[in-house]
Amino acid sequence: MYCVGVIALNTFRENLRDKILYNLVLFSGLLIAASLLLSSLSMGEQEKIVADMGLAAINFIGVVIAVFVGIGLVSKEIERRTVYIIMARPISRAQFLVGKYLGLVLTLSVNLCIMLLVFLVTLWWSRGALHASLLQAVELIFVELLVVTALALFFSTFSSAMVSASLTIGLYAIGHLSPDLKGIAEKSQNEVMTMVMTAIYYLCPNLEMLNVKGQAAAGVTVPLFYQLTATAYGLCYAGVLLAMACVIFQRRDF
Amino acid sequence: MKDAVRVDRLTKTIAPNWPWQPSTEILRGVSFSVGQGEIFGFLGPNGAGKTTTLKILLGLIRKSGGQAEVLGMPADTVEVRRRIGFLPESPYFYDYLTAEEFLRFYGRLAGMDGDRLGQRITLMLETLGLTEARHRQLRKFSKGMLQRVGLAQAIIHDPELVIFDEPMSGLDPMGRKEVRDLILKLREQGKTVLFSSHIIPDVEMLCDRVAVIVKGEVVATGKVDELVGHGRTKTIEVVCEGVRGEDLSSVLERGVRVVDRGVQCLIEAPDSQGLDEVIMEIRKRRGKLVSVTPHKGSLEELFVQQVHAKE
Repeated sequence: MYCVGVIALNTFRENLRDKILYNLVLFSGLLIAASLLLSSLSMGEQEKIVADMGLAAINFIGVVIAVFVGIGLVSKEIERRTVYIIMARPISRAQFLVGKYLGLVLTLSVNLCIMLLVFLVTLWWSRGALHASLLQAVELIFVELLVVTALALFFSTFSSAMVSASLTIGLYAIGHLSPDLKGIAEKSQNEVMTMVMTAIYYLCPNLEMLNVKGQAAAGVTVPLFYQLTATAYGLCYAGVLLAMACVIFQRRDF
Repeated sequence: MKDAVRVDRLTKTIAPNWPWQPSTEILRGVSFSVGQGEIFGFLGPNGAGKTTTLKILLGLIRKSGGQAEVLGMPADTVEVRRRIGFLPESPYFYDYLTAEEFLRFYGRLAGMDGDRLGQRITLMLETLGLTEARHRQLRKFSKGMLQRVGLAQAIIHDPELVIFDEPMSGLDPMGRKEVRDLILKLREQGKTVLFSSHIIPDVEMLCDRVAVIVKGEVVATGKVDELVGHGRTKTIEVVCEGVRGEDLSSVLERGVRVVDRGVQCLIEAPDSQGLDEVIMEIRKRRGKLVSVTPHKGSLEELFVQQVHAKE
């Protein structure tokens, strides 16, 4: 576990010293601030627009970081051959992978906290109410980012950065279309189509379950049971992806 | 005493991308052993299988067949790597780290921490002449400095076995001398050193034993002296003045090689009897003897001979 912590802290330090992340967080701050401008154009919906745009900006930037840093977590180490010296140390491949994942999760956590602070300040400035539903939404956004990061890491253990990015973004999109997939499966008269759609629905991550931004912006909280279930689902899905990534990585030659 | 490294009929085959393509045999039954406390050289041309063999010993690549043991344990055991140090060829490091951060990171991965790690970092930086660059990011290091910091991470945890893949690669003569001195120092400390190299004079100078690998097979292994013929004199080079090659036609028939070099003439005699005949002929022609140099067999000749034999 000590080695996992060492790898995680080094990954976090690498991300901190990467200027791209600062630009992304700055961009998210601008997006959130821009919501103030847009909200002034609307009549009576200022609060909702600021909340909506703020949560969307946090989600969007978080996903961008998770995908584009996540796909390089392993592939960059192999391309640059830094993995040779690390794996020549008494550290298993699973420990290395988990350490890289936790390092990015730590980075995402810090970025999320900064973006949340900017968002709450913007909301307060616009005299919007600070509902608990907003924190619920951010918590589930964080769980979604855990799943997306695990997806990116999983694909990066066996494919190039470009392919990993395409697959991760593709699954992210499918994940948000889950209710539609289920609807197609139920309404289809074709048995094969029903089977395929049902399989895709269950295999792909149901990211729409983690999306409560609409309700949060309107000040509506979801039941605690729902939040806990959705969080557990996200954590389990990410855990299974990590386990599969470890199995694949174990068999890889460098 | 158990061998530090033992490799027995090691094979590695790369499966093809498509089923109709043939597989590629990288290693075809490599066998050698490295005794504890010795410096062992692993020689071979590009693509011979040197790096593949070293990677199997470090668990970076899975073997297809045979046995590979390091310090008495199977090569893919995670725990044995606590006692191994490794520097790959042309290594790339995290260039955003300073020298101290870099060594602390790899020291911690080897299980070190606290004061002991701090002391070892200071010692490594002093030993390798990097104290002034302690807080400098690696992206600002020269090639020689990067090689030295790479050597430092390989030995920071005081391993029993140190493996280097082409450690002199790309270094200037001063850099190569520093690496040679470090390898000798490691042996004095009782460490075992296994390194692959193309630079034959360095291998001849440093190694107790060598293995020559060509196209995935070990074609020669043993002490350098034994491999090049126990130091027997192979040819004798004679340099003289005042005599031209065409004047020595009587000795040319006995397998003597003659090269005219301006006012001097270089004659290569096959043995001491041939030498007597050459010297008599030079005196007969009233030439002036400049030098007589016996040539023993060299590792380079063995290396070239073995590579040609495999082609």
